[in-house]
Amino acid sequence: MNSYLLKRVMVLIPVLIGMTIIVFSIIHAIPGDPAETILGQKATEQSKQALREQLGLDEPWLNQYFNYMGDLLQGDLGTSIRTKTPIVKEILPYLAATLELTAASMLFATIVGVNAGILSAWRQNSWFDYTAMVIALIGVSMPIFWLGLMEQLIFSLKLDWLPSIGRMDQRNPVESITNLYVIDTILAGNWSQLWTVTKHLILPSIALGTIPMAIIARMTRSSMLEVMNSDYIRTAKAKGLSQFLVVYKHALKNALIPVLTVIGLQTGALLGGAVLTETIFAWPGVGRYIFEAISSRDYPVIQTGILIIAFIFVFINLLVDLMYAAIDPRINYK
Amino acid sequence: MMKWSRLALVLTLSASFALSGCGGNNNASTEGNTGGNAAATKAPESSPDAAATAQDTLILGRGGDSASLDPAIVTDGESLKIAHQVFDSLLEYKPGTSEVQASLADSWEVSADGLIYTFKLHPGVKFHDGTDFNAEAVVFNFTRWSDPASAFKFEGDSFDYYDSMFGPEGSRAIKEVKAVDPTTVQFTLNQPQSPFLQNIAMTSFGIASPTAIQEKKENFKNEPVGTGPFVFKEWKHNDSITLDKNPNYWKEGLPKLNKVIVRSIPDNSARFNALQSGEIDLMEDLSPDDLSTLEGNTELQKIERPPFNVAYLGFNFKKKPFDNVKVRQALNHAVNKQAIIDAFFAGQATAAVNPMPPSLWGYNDSVQDYEYDLDKAKALLAEAGYPDGLPDTVTLYAMPVSRPYMPDGKKVAEAIQADWEKIGVKTVIESPEWATYLDDTKAGEKDDIFMLGWTGDNGDPDNFIYTLLDKDAIPGNNRAFYANEELHTILVNAQKETDQTKRSDLYKKAQEIIKADAPWIPLVHTTPLLAGKANLKGFVPGPTGTEYYSEIYFE
Repeated sequence: MNSYLLKRVMVLIPVLIGMTIIVFSIIHAIPGDPAETILGQKATEQSKQALREQLGLDEPWLNQYFNYMGDLLQGDLGTSIRTKTPIVKEILPYLAATLELTAASMLFATIVGVNAGILSAWRQNSWFDYTAMVIALIGVSMPIFWLGLMEQLIFSLKLDWLPSIGRMDQRNPVESITNLYVIDTILAGNWSQLWTVTKHLILPSIALGTIPMAIIARMTRSSMLEVMNSDYIRTAKAKGLSQFLVVYKHALKNALIPVLTVIGLQTGALLGGAVLTETIFAWPGVGRYIFEAISSRDYPVIQTGILIIAFIFVFINLLVDLMYAAIDPRINYK
Repeated sequence: MMKWSRLALVLTLSASFALSGCGGNNNASTEGNTGGNAAATKAPESSPDAAATAQDTLILGRGGDSASLDPAIVTDGESLKIAHQVFDSLLEYKPGTSEVQASLADSWEVSADGLIYTFKLHPGVKFHDGTDFNAEAVVFNFTRWSDPASAFKFEGDSFDYYDSMFGPEGSRAIKEVKAVDPTTVQFTLNQPQSPFLQNIAMTSFGIASPTAIQEKKENFKNEPVGTGPFVFKEWKHNDSITLDKNPNYWKEGLPKLNKVIVRSIPDNSARFNALQSGEIDLMEDLSPDDLSTLEGNTELQKIERPPFNVAYLGFNFKKKPFDNVKVRQALNHAVNKQAIIDAFFAGQATAAVNPMPPSLWGYNDSVQDYEYDLDKAKALLAEAGYPDGLPDTVTLYAMPVSRPYMPDGKKVAEAIQADWEKIGVKTVIESPEWATYLDDTKAGEKDDIFMLGWTGDNGDPDNFIYTLLDKDAIPGNNRAFYANEELHTILVNAQKETDQTKRSDLYKKAQEIIKADAPWIPLVHTTPLLAGKANLKGFVPGPTGTEYYSEIYFE
């Protein structure tokens, strides 16, 4: 197991280096003079030249890359052009906000998706099964943008149940310690604020979690169906075990393995969808951070932001692989 | 393996808990919401206590976040908006106009040769950190901006607006700034600069506390200290900026609000939803599409910002036959501006005649536009030697991004394309990505005709006409490559002239020349829309996009 872990981690190194090369090339392949676009029509030629020097744009491509890697290895992620602040200093609150949203979305997607999948398999070809699978089909093809706006329109504007934007009530702000507001309010023992913060999480996490929820539901269903038809389940049934125990105790543990992979992959994919959700719900996360950087041509931020997301994606995949191996002893580590 | 089935059980239980929780919690959530927004929406009718004390916190929703809170190092409007509340400049614009009036400087004198400006400062003003505002503080700030070796020009900073308004290093307009006594400060110029007072009033030249800059150093851009009506409290990046009332503000009775929270809500529709549900009190940049919803809601009001921009089509003089004035005039006659306004601007725009908005002084009302007349257009083309229309397909550059002066450039370009087709001018619309777009139009090699626009920075015609159409602006903002010596002489003279009436006449003359030469087809001046609660009063929309929140109150 340990050697497997080591091997998997070692493989990451070339992957990560490859990622830096790709991200760096993409950013530099974008046409147009970055200095002109960053500073806008109103900037003077002098400040444009100064910016080019600051960004090292006047140096050859290879030098630029090696300088970038050199800085990266020393923990210097660059300086945002727009805010003129080192990215290391400002990225943490954004990461925390995205983490909170992603976690809530995956919680929603997993709980609803897994259960809907189980019930659909359990009651195969029933009305529940058909309804759930039609919803799942719609869910997969739902544009996040549209879903988000509809949620706001219905649950916030018409019904007035939930807040439509942001992470908290601005008139009664949360004191941030970890920037994960759910945890912050628990640490502070402020239950009314915990409730407010949770309410703010509901609509965006449903918007973000709908697609993975649908995918997980479909995966769980098909995986459950396969398991339910296997011999050991027939045996369990024959022993006279209750339906519930058969399904949730005996069938689920085997059916869950491929589902877990899907959950892991979807968690990584959520980071991409977060850009849209964060925009609609004014959620100050990494997606918004990169979005703002793109619209203001803040190249260092775009570069670092993409790299961090890619890194998290790779890391989650590693985690899934390791868990996969841990759950199923039949998997060969070599 | 046991733990997995246990996990499944937990999942099931929590799911049923969540489901059952949903129904039971409806009441709680409604109550919670009413509580949270009490001041904003429900208070007047539901609770007499709250009605007695009017709302004193304003929550404003806008499209983007500030880049930095130090106004000297930024050029973007979102940053300047906040700085406008925290800092005062020596002079300011009269709310709702671009006219200059006293602010930190009570009065000023200009020497006869236009070289020496002496400002008398308002006595007894204090910065938010308790230190004194005085002539030394003014000198400190101007030295910081002009001295390339200043110890307070931090890594990555550039004072772009100082450079562009008062000239870059080596050709500075301001020779010296000195403190005569604590309440008198004197500026000596290298040569007369007539928009000088107009420039001094810009938010970018807000006076910062020297002590705070010395102490906070780089961090000053995150924790600004000025003399303004609001004190900076907290900045949650991309989320909100909180400003508290300055209890010692030097202007009597201001600000009227106790607190201002400015939230970044990038999506226009989401922002409008938030306004309607009471989560914000005022929003910027309403989509023209949402106008009818707004007007149907009696709890909300429409606020119009005066048009202070221009969207235009520019002819590339480097390309034939657009160096021919007859061709340019012909195409001017073939654009139906009113139809474009009705179709794409929901009526929130006026047809542009001149390269500057009518609200700006020096605007020439007597200039006649080329009216929409396809026969005249054809006749002019024939005179230019093209009786059957232009032989080659014209490349029309249309903006790929939405701007305040042009929400959808491509659609407008398509409408124009259809009109031109009727006079035998075939066009192909190109919309490369924004950075490339700017590069291409600046180089002038690929485009024949391009669409672009401008929003005024200050209340001076120079900032429109000279910046966009003088030969000095090639290469740069004059992407038409239009160079007229007579116009150049007028514009340069207008910069040196200190008598505003004479300047105004010069700009009027300039507009006549430009109209005759037709280097552009001025399209529209748009009216940016805002929306607010019906009980919000005292908000005076400003032409340059920055407003004082100090006069705002709720009824």
